[in-house]
Amino acid sequence: MIRQLRNVPLTAMFGILVIVSYAVIAIFAPLIAPYPETAIVGMEYLPWSEEFLLGTDSLGRDMLSRLIYGARNTLGIALATTVIAFVIGCSVALLAVTLQGWVDQLISRMVDVMMSIPTLITSLLLLMIFGTSVLNLILIIALLFSTIVFRIARAVAMGVVVMDYVEAARIRGEGLLWIMFREILPNAATPLVAEFGLRFTFVFLTISALSFLGLGVQPPLADWGAMVRENASLITFGDLTPLLPAGAIALLTLAVNFIVDWMLHMSSGLKD
Amino acid sequence: MSQPPLLEIRDLVIEASAGKRTAPGSGKALIDGINLTLKRGEVLGLIGESGAGKSTLGLGAMGFTRDGCRFAGGSVTFDGTELTSARPAVRRGLRSTRIAYVAQSAAASFNPAYKLIRQYAEFPVLAQGRSRREVEADAVTTYRQMKLPNPEEIGFRYPHQVSGGQLQRAMTAMAMACRPDLIIFDEPTTALDVTTQIEVLGAIRDAVRDFGTAALYITHDLAVVSQMADRIMVLRHGKLVEEAATETMLADPQEEYTRSLWAVRAFEAPAKPVPAEDVQPLVSLRKVTASYGRIGPDVLRAVSFDLHAGRTLAVVGESGSGKTTAARCAMGLLPRSGGDVLLDGVSLPPDYRKRSKAQLQQVQIIYQMADTALNPKQKIGDIIARPLKFYTGLRGRKLTARVRELMTAIDLDPDVYYHRRPGELSGGQKQRIGIARALAAEPRVVICDEVTSALDQLVAEGILRLLARLQQELGISYLFITHDIATVRAIADDVVVMQHGQVVEAGPKAQVLDNPQQDYTKSLLASVPEMDAGWLDRVLTERVAAR
Amino acid sequence: MSAVLNMILQRVFLGLLTLLVVSALVFVSVEFLPGDVAEQILGQSATPETLAALREQLGLNTPPVQRYLAWLGGILQGDFGRSVINQREITAILADRLGNTLFLAAMATLIAVPLAVGLGILAALKRNTWIDRWINIGTLTAISFPEFFVAYGLIYVFSAKLGWLPSISVVGSDTALSDRLVLTLLPALTLTLIVTAHMMRMTRASLINLLALPYVEMARLKGAAQRRVVVVHALPNAVAPIVNVIALNIAYMIAGVVIVEVVFVYPGLGQLLVDSVSKRDVTVVQAACLIFASAFILFNLVADVISILSNPRLLHRSTK
Repeated sequence: MIRQLRNVPLTAMFGILVIVSYAVIAIFAPLIAPYPETAIVGMEYLPWSEEFLLGTDSLGRDMLSRLIYGARNTLGIALATTVIAFVIGCSVALLAVTLQGWVDQLISRMVDVMMSIPTLITSLLLLMIFGTSVLNLILIIALLFSTIVFRIARAVAMGVVVMDYVEAARIRGEGLLWIMFREILPNAATPLVAEFGLRFTFVFLTISALSFLGLGVQPPLADWGAMVRENASLITFGDLTPLLPAGAIALLTLAVNFIVDWMLHMSSGLKD
Repeated sequence: MSQPPLLEIRDLVIEASAGKRTAPGSGKALIDGINLTLKRGEVLGLIGESGAGKSTLGLGAMGFTRDGCRFAGGSVTFDGTELTSARPAVRRGLRSTRIAYVAQSAAASFNPAYKLIRQYAEFPVLAQGRSRREVEADAVTTYRQMKLPNPEEIGFRYPHQVSGGQLQRAMTAMAMACRPDLIIFDEPTTALDVTTQIEVLGAIRDAVRDFGTAALYITHDLAVVSQMADRIMVLRHGKLVEEAATETMLADPQEEYTRSLWAVRAFEAPAKPVPAEDVQPLVSLRKVTASYGRIGPDVLRAVSFDLHAGRTLAVVGESGSGKTTAARCAMGLLPRSGGDVLLDGVSLPPDYRKRSKAQLQQVQIIYQMADTALNPKQKIGDIIARPLKFYTGLRGRKLTARVRELMTAIDLDPDVYYHRRPGELSGGQKQRIGIARALAAEPRVVICDEVTSALDQLVAEGILRLLARLQQELGISYLFITHDIATVRAIADDVVVMQHGQVVEAGPKAQVLDNPQQDYTKSLLASVPEMDAGWLDRVLTERVAAR
Repeated sequence: MSAVLNMILQRVFLGLLTLLVVSALVFVSVEFLPGDVAEQILGQSATPETLAALREQLGLNTPPVQRYLAWLGGILQGDFGRSVINQREITAILADRLGNTLFLAAMATLIAVPLAVGLGILAALKRNTWIDRWINIGTLTAISFPEFFVAYGLIYVFSAKLGWLPSISVVGSDTALSDRLVLTLLPALTLTLIVTAHMMRMTRASLINLLALPYVEMARLKGAAQRRVVVVHALPNAVAPIVNVIALNIAYMIAGVVIVEVVFVYPGLGQLLVDSVSKRDVTVVQAACLIFASAFILFNLVADVISILSNPRLLHRSTK
């Protein structure tokens, strides 16, 4: 085990470290943050000081506290969305691949149409129609990303379904569920795990982008994308503070990407 | 020693490197201390089973190693130049002009973007500075030499417009383009059907003789190498087993391993009594017609044959003959469009999904590729247990006991293998698991789809013996799909020969194989290489005479 | 040759069909609004009488199919209808903004495509060397950054600290080309950074696949040097995968355009879309969505056609 850890590249180690610390911060946010999430505790745009380590924001709320609570909201929403997208995308893909024929054709064509509009554009349209609550946000983004997950999961499962052992199970007379969950899924799982990490980063970035545009997570909830928007005007005055939440997003995405990159490298069996 | 050797390999070690920075000698040796000498104009056959290191050695002789491999010791000296330590430019300079290579899959090894003649001319123009027109004229000569049809015209086609056998000859022609001193042939006919193979073999041998080119001829097929080579080296696990002139090697192999390779084809299952005329066959195909897709051309045209209880029926044919399709129709995997499939005189529904559990149970299948036939995520014990549970409802201790019994029957120790997964087993062991899984269903018919063709000969023979023994013990019937006449000889009672989706000839083994009536059967049988150095000449002469 | 033409016509037909379906979806989705467009416009101040009058004026009393056909018919003649917020002609609002967005996207594409393809080829060639490793880490970092992080980062450096470039890019129809180039430089640079990283990684991956093929090994065994292997043997077969990579990245480009325009207050289609979504200007959102979707479908169609035309197996049909 220790020898295995020694072989983990520096980048992936860094990734694991970052993700663990984010998780700790998100879980223990109320214990770590010096001030409550939404309380106005001082003047607007106060500079960094002993009292407010990272200063205050456009409404006089403590920047550091909001950054810490932001981890909770931003990560929680992105994670929930990705999980839903994967559950929907993978189960529909497995079903389509196992049944084949017109079911597969119909679903695939529908997904093709959905995917012929860029995700950000569709989500803007849908958010306008259904309104910008957190629940709507999660469901809309999850639905849109489930189409991409469907495509990927379908491609992976197609590679498995042509295997002779699946055919053997079919002509044994096995039922749909056995073939889907005993024969195909276990053999499709490994690439899908790496894919989960990758899709999480895209979901995370999309939600942050929407929040940044004012159409995602709504105030007074602390969210990193929205925090950049609220305080952006400081940047033109040469103050870096508004970039911190953006940096927090970047750091996490980078961490996940490093790990995914390492996993893909491992699974492709490439030596360096 | 009048003349220095053309190629001299001394104590060569090629290993799979664990990483660039690891020390030489730390990786797994693929080639382990090989010595080899090749004179000008000599043809040396390299023979061995999969994993013996034949291809690695062949590429190594060009000073080339694939990604992830490297030279870890010894030397390769080509006409005075040591290649393992030579500068890349020196090695490149020798290729095409002095050493050329012919790959196994010509279809994948030609660049799809260029016409054949352009690929032929690439290095004669580039490295020898000849004019394009001159080289192209020369190409036509070489194509003619390789007995390609339309030699003036064929070069102006793209690779995908030319058939496999012709492409393989075009690739040999390309290797000849600069008139090199040495050509490495890496299994050049393995991917071809036997009737195609014979012409390619003839063309290669004549060209090598006419140009006086030396060659390393790599193959796993003893009969083929005995036609082509002056001398034979037997390799195993990257080491030399034995080396001798072809005649000597065939007549009097010294090593145990070599003798076992030579003896493989000796096995023949015991003959069974011929069933009476009026006995109802177990499985019957009656004028079965089938096509892929509703509008596709018929791939099976009125195919009929009978399989009797306790017997083995071999369906023989080359690729595209429809032999596998016939089996898939019998299984219901490809619904037939016409005709009938009977089991015990009862018509089976065309689609397997419409068949009852009892009908499905009676017909089981063993696949060609054991790798893809077993779910890699399931344990061996569970793989064998599933059909038992599914069809017979066996549970608990009785189930475990039966699984262990089946594993013993296929010569796999249940204590060792019960909890392993397929990835930890060898190819032959996996194929045995496939057999056990089929038997677990307690079927009456087992369809064997090329079950030995992906295996090395020794392993394949073990599988055939096992199948024959199980048939004697259990009285099951085999529908044996194969392209290999030797396999037919070993295991079949009755034979059906197929071509272009139709049955050409059918009957008891002795009748079809020893006294064939149809021209196609005759040519098919004559094309099977024999371990007799004069065979190729004889067959080619007969062919010319027949025309 | 006719077979290729057939295939291309098939793709074009499929593309048009997709466009039609997408336009229907964009139109229908608005029907799911709570209440209808008239209630949206009038909001709190609605009385039954004013609602009825507005519905009559907007033609909401006719059946949806008829309204869809009228809407589509208008668009085909260049008439997107009127904004429900300020009653302006949408076509007029779009005209300038579409031009601005195309200018920005074209500028970014002109820098990004050669850069990404070039670097991708370099990384594939220098595979598993330190150059490749650093390019990998660099591009991985770049694709991990949210677009607004890159944008504000560049603003921080180039306008706040160095003062070389303006932090907002307000261009008008009367802006001179030289000014326009300066004003658009920072947004275009942001867009380039985002797209290049994605594009480069994909180019590298598809080239590495290609370089592992037997005919590439054969070229080496015939004695071709690395450069010849790549330029003569690999690249002619890489046209389709690379074009595909570029088309795939149009999605990133469009998402990037929207964010970048908002950050730089650049008067383009993306900014219009975001503004209209916040204001619930339904008809303008429909128009903008349709334009973005059409652009995306169109680029993919072009990529498909180029792939077909670059495939020798399709171009030179079998004469076996």
